[in-house]
Amino acid sequence: MDIGLAHYLIVAAALFTIGCFGIFANAKNVIIILMSIELILLAVNINLVAFSAYLQNIEGQIFAMLVLTVAAAEAAVGLAILVTYFRNRGGIAVEDINQMRG
Amino acid sequence: MLAAIAFYVLAAVAIVSAIAVISARNPVHSVLFLILTFFTAAGLFVLLGAEFLAMLLVVVYVGAVAVLFLFVVMMLDVDFVELKQGFLSYLPVGFLIALALLGELGLVAVAATSANGAPLAIAPEGVSEITNAEAIGQVLYTQYLLVFQLAGLILFVAMIGAIVLTLRHRPGVKKQDIAAQVGRRRSQAVELKDIRPGQGLN
Repeated sequence: MDIGLAHYLIVAAALFTIGCFGIFANAKNVIIILMSIELILLAVNINLVAFSAYLQNIEGQIFAMLVLTVAAAEAAVGLAILVTYFRNRGGIAVEDINQMRG
Repeated sequence: MLAAIAFYVLAAVAIVSAIAVISARNPVHSVLFLILTFFTAAGLFVLLGAEFLAMLLVVVYVGAVAVLFLFVVMMLDVDFVELKQGFLSYLPVGFLIALALLGELGLVAVAATSANGAPLAIAPEGVSEITNAEAIGQVLYTQYLLVFQLAGLILFVAMIGAIVLTLRHRPGVKKQDIAAQVGRRRSQAVELKDIRPGQGLN
């Protein structure tokens, strides 16, 4: 009952799938969509770290750090857009956002 | 053996709490389950021998991103019940896509990582003389300096973007304007009138 690479990849695949499903299931709630994106990026991180441990190569962890940075930046900008949108429109319904196109 | 039990417990908690993130009625609960998911992922990282990244995950996600989410969720006064209305209409197609995705990813994960039917084992961490943080530090500032600086640039751009997006100048707010105060001249402020005695002002 050794834990191999496939175990970690399956956990990451499950998290990735849950994240994708969350985008569909909560298609009206931007906050949950942002959280789903965080879940997807976390799944990618688990894959990177698992392969880094499997190949005995630190490179994967460096790139996992880059993904972590991108995820944090994305959350900050996404939530800032959300706050501005809420301030201007008084709601965060995603269906109305397509009115923003010029 | 103990590592296997730890892995299964952490994996189960991670997946269950991830499902709770997308299905919780209250978004505050969603954020809390997101924190739990990140904690368990940090545990998985520790099992993989990436302690530094695990601690980074806890600090960055639980300390910064999750608190940001909590702030926004609690600050915005949104009727979340109304937003849940379309939950069922998107469910079948979303479920179908999720099932296909999970099947494909699982198939690839199992097929590509087994040699002659036996799963590829993660090489046990040898008793190396340097720690994980030391190993990262040795390459992060030398070989991957550009990646490190790119990460800094991304954070910088995100900071500017977030500030520019949320900064607003409200009209009608009285503020002290030192330049205008100092730059005032006597001619703008005082007017001398010659009043004849006994006539008063009109």
